[in-house]
Amino acid sequence: MRFIPTLAALLVATNLANAQSGAAAIDPADWEAVTEAAEGQTVYWHAWGGSTATNDFIAWIGDQAAEQGVTLEHVKLADTADAVGAVLTEKQAGRDADGSVDLIWINGANFAAMKEADLLFGPFAEQLPNWQYVDVEGKTVRTDFTVPTEGYESPWAMAQLVMVHDSARVEEPPRTAEALLDWAQANPGRFTYPQPPDFLGTTFLKQMLIELAEDPAVLQEPAGDNYEAVTEPLWAWLDTLTPLLWREGRAYPETGPRMLHLINDGETDLSFSFSPGEASTAIANFELPESVRTYVLDGGTIGNASFVAIPYNSSAKAGAMVVADIILSPEAQLRAQMPDVLGYGTVLDMEKLPRADRAAFDALELGIATLSPAELGQALPEPHPTWATRIAADWVDRYGVAP
Amino acid sequence: MLRPLPLLTTLVLAGPVLFGLAGTILPAFGYLVPGADRPFAHVLEWPGLPRALAVSVISGVLATLGALAGAALILAGWYGTRAFGWLERVLSPVLAVPHAAAALGFAFLIAPSGWVARIPAVALGWERAPDLLILGDRWGLSLAAGLIAKELPFLLLMMLAALPQVDAPARLRVARSLGQGRVAAWAKAIFPGLYAQVRLPVLVVLVFGMTNVDVAVILGPSTPPPLAVQVTRWMTDPDLAMRAVAAAGGLALLTATLGILLLWLLAERLAGRIGRAWIWSGHGAPEGALRGAGLVLGGGSAVMVLVGLAALALWSVAARWSYPDLAPEVLTWRSWSRFGPDMAEVALLTLVIAAAATLVSLFLVIGCLEAEHRFGLTLSQRALWLLYLPLLVPQVAFLPGLQLLPLKLGLGPSVWLVLAGHVVFVLPYVFLSLAGPFRAWDGRLAAVAAGLGTSPNRVLWHIRLPMLTGALLVAAAIGVAVSVGQYLPTLLLGGGRVTTLVTEAVALSSGGDRRAIGVWGLGQAGAALLPFALALVVPAIVFRNRRGMRHG
Repeated sequence: MRFIPTLAALLVATNLANAQSGAAAIDPADWEAVTEAAEGQTVYWHAWGGSTATNDFIAWIGDQAAEQGVTLEHVKLADTADAVGAVLTEKQAGRDADGSVDLIWINGANFAAMKEADLLFGPFAEQLPNWQYVDVEGKTVRTDFTVPTEGYESPWAMAQLVMVHDSARVEEPPRTAEALLDWAQANPGRFTYPQPPDFLGTTFLKQMLIELAEDPAVLQEPAGDNYEAVTEPLWAWLDTLTPLLWREGRAYPETGPRMLHLINDGETDLSFSFSPGEASTAIANFELPESVRTYVLDGGTIGNASFVAIPYNSSAKAGAMVVADIILSPEAQLRAQMPDVLGYGTVLDMEKLPRADRAAFDALELGIATLSPAELGQALPEPHPTWATRIAADWVDRYGVAP
Repeated sequence: MLRPLPLLTTLVLAGPVLFGLAGTILPAFGYLVPGADRPFAHVLEWPGLPRALAVSVISGVLATLGALAGAALILAGWYGTRAFGWLERVLSPVLAVPHAAAALGFAFLIAPSGWVARIPAVALGWERAPDLLILGDRWGLSLAAGLIAKELPFLLLMMLAALPQVDAPARLRVARSLGQGRVAAWAKAIFPGLYAQVRLPVLVVLVFGMTNVDVAVILGPSTPPPLAVQVTRWMTDPDLAMRAVAAAGGLALLTATLGILLLWLLAERLAGRIGRAWIWSGHGAPEGALRGAGLVLGGGSAVMVLVGLAALALWSVAARWSYPDLAPEVLTWRSWSRFGPDMAEVALLTLVIAAAATLVSLFLVIGCLEAEHRFGLTLSQRALWLLYLPLLVPQVAFLPGLQLLPLKLGLGPSVWLVLAGHVVFVLPYVFLSLAGPFRAWDGRLAAVAAGLGTSPNRVLWHIRLPMLTGALLVAAAIGVAVSVGQYLPTLLLGGGRVTTLVTEAVALSSGGDRRAIGVWGLGQAGAALLPFALALVVPAIVFRNRRGMRHG
């Protein structure tokens, strides 16, 4: 066993050699210097690559960045945690500058983990020129799952949970947790959710917890000794629901987009999405029948913001900030909201925008299956990330491992 | 010049594996990953462990038995017939189809809302697909079926390449003259020798079946998933301390794999003993049934993969296509114009990497084999196992550690690292497919040439290698196909910055957009298919006047 300490010593020695090279400091407040430094840089944006609509949008952002001399490369992830892992591996290896990840599409537990481990560059978000248009009052852009962002990530889209149903098959879809259970009893095998810890599957569990918990307000605080008591109604509800699920709960779809394909394949009738415009976009891309519509639950649904963050060892921090700023531009936000592009909700405040931009947003046709902001209603706040983490882990122990 | 090559080759292969394992073992025991808390206990306490391991073992062993039996029965029952020619032609392209693309096509065929089940649905007017757990069944049977369909052609091609070394026609004649039927004669006289030649490929299939990630994600169960998939999940958990658990899980999988390999070797002896008893008894075999089984397994494999691929092709040009329609309402080129240009660009890089990795591998392998021939520098049996280490050690057990190593040396992820990583996996396959034919080459030809005053180099370049053109091309084609299919090495060593067809296809598969998967999957299949087509066509042209060179 003597070789282990020797090897460890060897690895530590090479660490020290690497730590010597530090990056030149860059001040986000001096925007002119930022754009100057950004010119000629290549930004590797690590973002989930499972949605072709998102990939096309990121390519469009790349075209805009090219005009400012920044080359944007989309690194398509199967899971955002891959990028977190890459940064962690680099930190362990002592690669504190010139890292491989420049920008990450991130939120929730991944952000909390990276911020906690000091893996992020910043604060930078509120120094971006386009921050002036951001709706800091009405939208949850300064907290991420209740964790304060403190400028370490910049928002890029608003998401809110919407239910999706095929109106040709389900005329009166269920609008509460109780009604959903009744509906499943009448239509066994026609509903399912992505398997936690997939983020959409976990979001569904959180939504149901808000519906079923006696006092949802406690969810804004970190989960503590009250965890068992608060989540008890959720598990009771799930125990009844599980045998009524698609495949009797013995298999689950992998991700959110897979749920849409299940509807198109005639395997389920009811689904949900975290992007209010996703169903319209999918209809336009032939991925869903034209009879599909969306709705929200009677008690409202969870909403949050997606962010971009810059790792502490990024090799192109200035370029990454330029890209983050482009994403916040009214032009990009308008494009993201177009139903045939992404259908994402904007993070900007209409009141703060120049008149021409506001008119363009007003003129936007949201798409056949997209609800208006009034129909969506006020989004419910995300529970503290500790709830999601514990619920997802608990779910895996209860339903994710067959006896 | 030649002498150091065997050592260099061994280092190229074993070095990364050993360093990678060290990089996995240290975190598993709590080093390197901050906040790691008893990672092994965490794995052992995971309630899904028994079934995850069971699924890994069942799908791996079933896939290996099925593919081996299928390949052997096809050869035994049909070698030299017109049906065999047909089977060989349809199975060869199956080999080139990347695992992920084949699995996605297969999934669309066998799902309750898939192509097969839509036939009764249309006939009987069903509006809803039946709620049956076929895909992702809890014991991994559909996973095993998908693996059989993909691995059977691989073993068949390996056996075909090794066939000239076992003097099949003469042995068969003797056995037949002793009154044995076609299948029985083949199984008794040829299979034992042939199995010895393809033993390592069989073990590679066993390890791959137990530890692959990309096929298991698509066809395997998820509650719980096979252990390799679970290890990948732990690796990508947002809680960073879970990386140590992943390392411990990778070691657990490695231990299980070694255990199953050991059992397999014991089972080989048992089978050998039973086989000997059968041979001495003089009993025949149920010829008709076995020939039928071979045809069904071989034909079934080819049909499932190729029809699945056809389904992907149709999806890539489909406009709206809802259940239970058998075909899209309208065809459109939109998906190709949306994804095609990107795909072509990535395909080019993929092929460049594959060609470079294959050339490096061919150089090292030929150097080793020639050194062995000239200086008697034979790799001992133990060194040979070392050589196959990258294929026999599960990728999830050493790649994460290997990712750490270049970083420690100050090397960032780059296309060069990816190339080096591909060589580690391509080289053994090239060696596997080339060593047999190279060693079996009749040395008397070299003796005659030397007697006429020819230098060893000239013998190599002007007699040996030209005579082995067919084997060289098959080895190169396999090398390219292996490189094109490498997912984890490309992802981890390229730091996500090096994009190849397979990394794109797997990233897309999580979203399940069959149109995009169709475009990328067909591109990947095409990239791997091209060299195989060349490997079939070139010898036929080069040796059109030399019938003796066209064996097989």
